Amino acid sequence: MKEMVCIVCPRGCHLTVDDNMNVTGNSCPRGAKYAISELTHPTRMVTSTVRISNRDNMVASVKTSEAIDKSKMFDVIKAVNKMSVKAPCHVGDILIKNIFDTGVDILITKDVE
Amino acid sequence: MKKFDVLIIGSGAVGAFVARNLSKYQLDVALLDKENDVGNMTSMANSAIVHSGYDPVPGTNKAKFNVLGNKMFDKIADELDVEFERIGSLTVAIYENQLPMLEDLAKRSEQNGVEVKLLNAEEVKKLEPNINPEVKGALLAPTAGIINPFNLVVHAVENAVDNGVNLFLNEEVVSIETKENGYVVRTRKGNEYEAKVVVNAAGLYSDKIAELVEPVDWKITPRKGQYYVLDHYKLGLVNHVIFPLPSEKGKGILVSRTTSDDYIVGPSSEPVEDPSDLSTDSMTLANVKNQAKDMVPGIPFNQAIRAFSGNRATCTRHDFVIESAPHHETFINLGGIESPGLVSSPAIGEYVVESMIRNMLPLKEKANYNPRVRPYYHLKKMKLEERNQLIKENRDFGEMVCFCEQVSLGEVKDALSRSVPPRSVKAMKKRVRAGFGKCQGGFCQPRILEELAKHYGLDWTEVNYDEENTNILKENVKELK
Amino acid sequence: MKQVDLVIIGGGSAGMAAAIQAYDEGIRDILILEKDARLGGILNQCIHNGFGLTEFKEELSGPEYLQRFVDQVKERGIKFKLQSFVLNITKDKVITYSNAEEGVVEIQAKAIVMATGCYERSAGAIQIPGDRPKGVITAGTAQKYLNINGYLVGKRVVILGSGDIGLIMARRMTLEGAKVLCVCELMPYSNGLQRNIAQCLNDFNIPLYLSHSISKIVGKEKLEKVVVSQVDEKFQFIPGTEMEFECDTLMLSIGLIPYVSLLNNIDCPTSSTRGAIVYDNMETMIDGIFACGNCLHVHDVVDFVTIEGRNAGHGAAQYIKEKEEHGSLKIEVDPNLAYVVPQFVRTPVKEDLTLKFRVRKEIRDKKVVVRHKDEVVFSQVKLVMIPSEMVILTIKKEKLQDITEPLKVSVEDR
Repeated sequence: MKEMVCIVCPRGCHLTVDDNMNVTGNSCPRGAKYAISELTHPTRMVTSTVRISNRDNMVASVKTSEAIDKSKMFDVIKAVNKMSVKAPCHVGDILIKNIFDTGVDILITKDVE
Repeated sequence: MKKFDVLIIGSGAVGAFVARNLSKYQLDVALLDKENDVGNMTSMANSAIVHSGYDPVPGTNKAKFNVLGNKMFDKIADELDVEFERIGSLTVAIYENQLPMLEDLAKRSEQNGVEVKLLNAEEVKKLEPNINPEVKGALLAPTAGIINPFNLVVHAVENAVDNGVNLFLNEEVVSIETKENGYVVRTRKGNEYEAKVVVNAAGLYSDKIAELVEPVDWKITPRKGQYYVLDHYKLGLVNHVIFPLPSEKGKGILVSRTTSDDYIVGPSSEPVEDPSDLSTDSMTLANVKNQAKDMVPGIPFNQAIRAFSGNRATCTRHDFVIESAPHHETFINLGGIESPGLVSSPAIGEYVVESMIRNMLPLKEKANYNPRVRPYYHLKKMKLEERNQLIKENRDFGEMVCFCEQVSLGEVKDALSRSVPPRSVKAMKKRVRAGFGKCQGGFCQPRILEELAKHYGLDWTEVNYDEENTNILKENVKELK
Repeated sequence: MKQVDLVIIGGGSAGMAAAIQAYDEGIRDILILEKDARLGGILNQCIHNGFGLTEFKEELSGPEYLQRFVDQVKERGIKFKLQSFVLNITKDKVITYSNAEEGVVEIQAKAIVMATGCYERSAGAIQIPGDRPKGVITAGTAQKYLNINGYLVGKRVVILGSGDIGLIMARRMTLEGAKVLCVCELMPYSNGLQRNIAQCLNDFNIPLYLSHSISKIVGKEKLEKVVVSQVDEKFQFIPGTEMEFECDTLMLSIGLIPYVSLLNNIDCPTSSTRGAIVYDNMETMIDGIFACGNCLHVHDVVDFVTIEGRNAGHGAAQYIKEKEEHGSLKIEVDPNLAYVVPQFVRTPVKEDLTLKFRVRKEIRDKKVVVRHKDEVVFSQVKLVMIPSEMVILTIKKEKLQDITEPLKVSVEDR
């Protein structure tokens, strides 16, 4: 048996997973999915920022297009810190396609004119 | 080696006014300070009161210079463009047994030549509706005032520099060598300054500086004062500076409006070993709160935006030391200048120059001496049309950067353009008030930092909060390495 | 003097939602005054994920969430002025603002929506014992430096207060190369969302010390270390529990306070949240001046700010179209609740009534009951309510048709 707090949404349900991978305490199906994934291959959304090559002292925010292997969080940051974008850039622009061959992209999340 | 006629150690209120008075004459003058800004110790952290002079023991330097200084403030505030209001002070007796002490104080005021008036309970309540209703009487001193102490010192030094005084910041004096007809002053950074006359205005460190030349029979025993600052709200909590009856420890805990429409409550008074120890503690602050509530029960302490402390240069002689070193006439010690030091400083500055240095050096007046600073911008006091005319000429005055205190970019840039420009975020705060308000700089600090970086051509990680090496930002994490 | 139907002070989530709602209800003459150089307010620096679940049924980062509303504002052609700071408002709804292009301008509004957000409680407000060195900074300011400008304020960090910004910043600073030594929280419970404790602290093995606070700051010019001590039930430090942390940064996440200077200056009555007292249409006690978002009470989730902004926009639109006379009844709360918004409901009740409140301490397995006299007009079982999470409940208007006495909200046994 394992207990955990669901991180899928701000609600923060207290989940319990028994030895047969049955999840209780969740208020939505995403909670159950999270609990199983957390026990088998935990993943996280990563958000950070990237340098804007033609702006001083200003960065643009970025995120993983979906949750990525928890163990790769710091590697994502390292990869992003080697990059830069040129303004203008927009929400949804792809900074890194298919990072580490995971199928996950790194997306710009801020409009900079 | 740089050679000067007069070298002043310490750019607090006292050093600032000595410098300003010297700048009238054809002299080479150096003003040294160990800090990254002028007036960064006691002159920055005090009650900001221009005392009337009712309280010092008659015949002392404190009494003499307080009364003289007070009379100078209308002119000084005008010339230096500093916010100053003679709102008067009330020393209140809450308990019956304090009434005779009020009368003693009134007599002392008379001896000091200070105008006062004894008020009965009804009269006090009329002037101060929020006073403790138990009040039995008060001593009104109409000449007491409130001042912006940060601007007073900065503007006095600015005026001195405008008139030719050389300011050296971040220069801590570590040794003084006596030579024939003068002194060689060495600083921690290894710089040497030669001067015919040295004025020791080192405040909390004045005894240590004095002893670099020869032993003296006085010593600084600093006393800490802890204060609360309350955010501005409806005027009228108190209309005067409210004092309790003074005790041996000092004037006691006062409640007053400030020139920025905040309220200040304090100070405590406790001995402290280290003059640079500016820590606060909850026990003492609770005591400050209780004593203040004894006079003004309704003080809204939930509006407190800051607690701070300042150290007084209290001296074993219990009076201001204003004299030459015992065997070195041209080494002038100005020590033990605690309260009422701020109000006394213009009078001390004048005395030191006109009654002491005049006997040591020929004082020839400068033809182009200008007693006035370049006028500052007081946006809040301007009429709408006036303000819009200014913004038309310089759009920066329309862009606000500090929201709590309503400070414009124009004022920030104006401060940077002056002869004693701020070098740190805190120095900017002292000049334009950005960061003094309820958010304590949470909103405006990045913007102020940006302007300082731009002005001095610094990387953002090089902008200091206060002293050298107090950079706010550690690292640009997105810089290509 | 220039006339404008609706002036919205603050172009963050609340202000933009109010503007869009009022526009969609037919008000065309709208002006948003924003003090910063961008619309969006604090969300500009909240680059983490988790916004929009209620609004968009998807998880967005702060900048993505705000961009959707910026787009809506622009699509509608709603006027906004950036770097335009409101210096003053009057009870008669004259607004004085300042910017570089126009100078100081006075305009007359028919209605005003205050959406000025909140500010962070600073070190000065809580008087931490000890020195006053550089290196003590609020989490929001550190967040701005990191997420907008790209700078870390320090590399060895202790965080005081377990509010969400502090937790989020613990993760952000860790990911960007800082070492977060611990988070200490004065209360015996965290003030942040559970999921933030899980994914911001537990993921990185950052200890959370509940019932602990900073008993001493050490460092003359620069922060050198802090002493963390346990506190007893009366929040007094317990001798012998001291832990020392060498650090260059003490980051504060000790609470947010509604920013209401403009309202204070016109004597607008405020509640224990420090925000204005409002009716159910978000109108303050001053005729035609509305308030919403974090300047009314500090929210936990931005989606609810948006909803409240719409409510204020709706209220203001109705006020502009046709000002109606109405009665009002107070909404009273029992001591379990820290506050309720709104504090008054207009009568007769024409719309469903949404109440928002926070509890003072964790409450498990109880029900929330709203009564009119002895009649229960609303009842809902709550398995858990914690102070860090806002509780929202909606009472059907049908239940409130004949009310004549104050409504009473209470927490009761099931």
